[in-house]
Order: sequence, then C-alpha cells, then structure tokens
Amino acid sequence: MSFITRGFSGRSHDRDPRLPPGQTEVSDWPVLSAGPTPRVDTEEWEFSIRTENGAHTWTWDQFMALKIDDVSTDIHCVTHWSKLGTSWRGVSIDTLFEGIETSHDFVMAHSYGGYTTNVPLDELLNGQAWIAFEFDGEPLEAEHGGPARLIVPHLYFWKSAKWVRGLVTMPNDDPGFWEQSGYHIHGDPWKEERYW
Amino acid sequence: MSHLDGNALAGVLSEVFTFDPTLARARCANCYSVDVLARAMVYVDGSAFVVRCASCDAVLATVMDGDGRRWVSLKGVSAIEIPR
Ligand SMILES: [Zn+2]
Repeated sequence: MSFITRGFSGRSHDRDPRLPPGQTEVSDWPVLSAGPTPRVDTEEWEFSIRTENGAHTWTWDQFMALKIDDVSTDIHCVTHWSKLGTSWRGVSIDTLFEGIETSHDFVMAHSYGGYTTNVPLDELLNGQAWIAFEFDGEPLEAEHGGPARLIVPHLYFWKSAKWVRGLVTMPNDDPGFWEQSGYHIHGDPWKEERYW
Repeated sequence: MSHLDGNALAGVLSEVFTFDPTLARARCANCYSVDVLARAMVYVDGSAFVVRCASCDAVLATVMDGDGRRWVSLKGVSAIEIPR
C-alpha cells in the first residue's frame, strides 16, 4: 500500500512544472523541415512589416542597430517535446512596431521558402515575441531558421516561423500554412490547442 | 439550382481512396506540370508529410497525423487523375 502511495506522489513531484500537459523534456533539438532549407545571406536579408498604412523594411545592418534583448525561455513543440531554459538574442516585436499604426488585430508571419503562420497582434507585443538571430550565444543555424526566425515562446513552436522575412497585419485571423492543414488556429500549449 | 449534401460524396470518395496514390498523376496548381505522385519530393516534418512538386518546389499536399487523427490537404493540386 505504501508502495503505491509513494509511486503516485513520486510521479507528480518528478514532473517539471514548466512542462505543459502532454509534453516531454528533450535535451537535443529535433530538426523539423517542411521543405528545403532556405540559405539567405545576411547581405540579401530583409525584414519588413506591412500594414494597411504602408511598409517598413530593415536591412540586416539596420536591424542589428536596433535594441537587442536577451531572452531565456522554454519552447514547446506540438509533437510533444519541450526544451526548457533556451537562450536567444533578438529584437522584440515591440521595438519593431514603435511608430507603426494599424487598426488590424492579427498578423501573418511570412518566411523565405513560403511558410506562413498566423498570430494575434496582441500576442506578439508586450514582451511576448522576438525576431531572434542568436541561439545559445551562436548565430542561429539555417537548419533552425537562421539567419533570423520569429520566436513566440508561449505558443506551440510551429508559430515561431523559421527564416522569417516579414509580418503582414490583417483584419481577420486567417489561417497560415499548418493552421490550414490541421493545426489549431491559436496553439496555446497550456490548453493543448494542438489541432482543429 | 439544387444541391446534394456531403453524403453524396461517400461513393465517389471511397473510390478515390482505394487506389495506390503514388500511381496517381497530379497537376501542380503553381507550375501546372503533371507528374505521378511517386516522383514528388516528400519532407518529413515531425509527424507530418509535406509533398512538394518535383518541378517547382511548391507544396502539393500535406498529410499530418496527431493524437490518433489524420488531416489530408491537397492545397497545391489542381486535379488528380486516378488510376482505375
Ligand atoms: Zn509545380
């Protein structure tokens, strides 16, 4: 009897409270790829934000001159793995939206290679999302979305678009690539919003 | 003009999904080339397959498995010829 009791309490103590339901911690970083890896030279790289009022574009050098944040966060993949305590450097979406006005409530992230994913604008602001170009103190490798990827750590990692090249605001929450094909429109790991 | 409800698809769709799909010829909605699916490029993205056109790289189809369910999209295919 005491054996059973110990088994149950031990199990709940072992589970890291940073792990959302249905997730398992991994130490490596699985590479997922929906297509060929785009190789974008920083000389050619551009990032833009487009709203109903026009577009703002940054070159790599202009981007590096912006305020850069150090970000320590957990990431959660819909395929049930989580990586805890990851370190990134990047420019926050708050910084990029300074001086940009829009009446739209939603954003489509667009990537080199054609990938898209949708996120509500208010979930990209207030210190919730970055355009990251360093991981663990090293330039972000192309396999992991370099030279720069979106990170939205509080949503499942498919929202953190690799090889990001721009954000386009939109009035409606239109579905992106995987959201059209089975993944949840929102993707909160704490609510297990994995699929339609 | 009247229309039928989705149950009318039962007969035709059960036929569609009984052939070997790799033998089907599909037209890419991006570059319009026609090729058998066996020649398409398939990437494995976690528990999903992403099928891309061998001619232009555009996404033809996705098949995604999760939690015992499956989603199939033919978003980049304008039509498929079914072997019969
Ligand atoms: Zn094509």
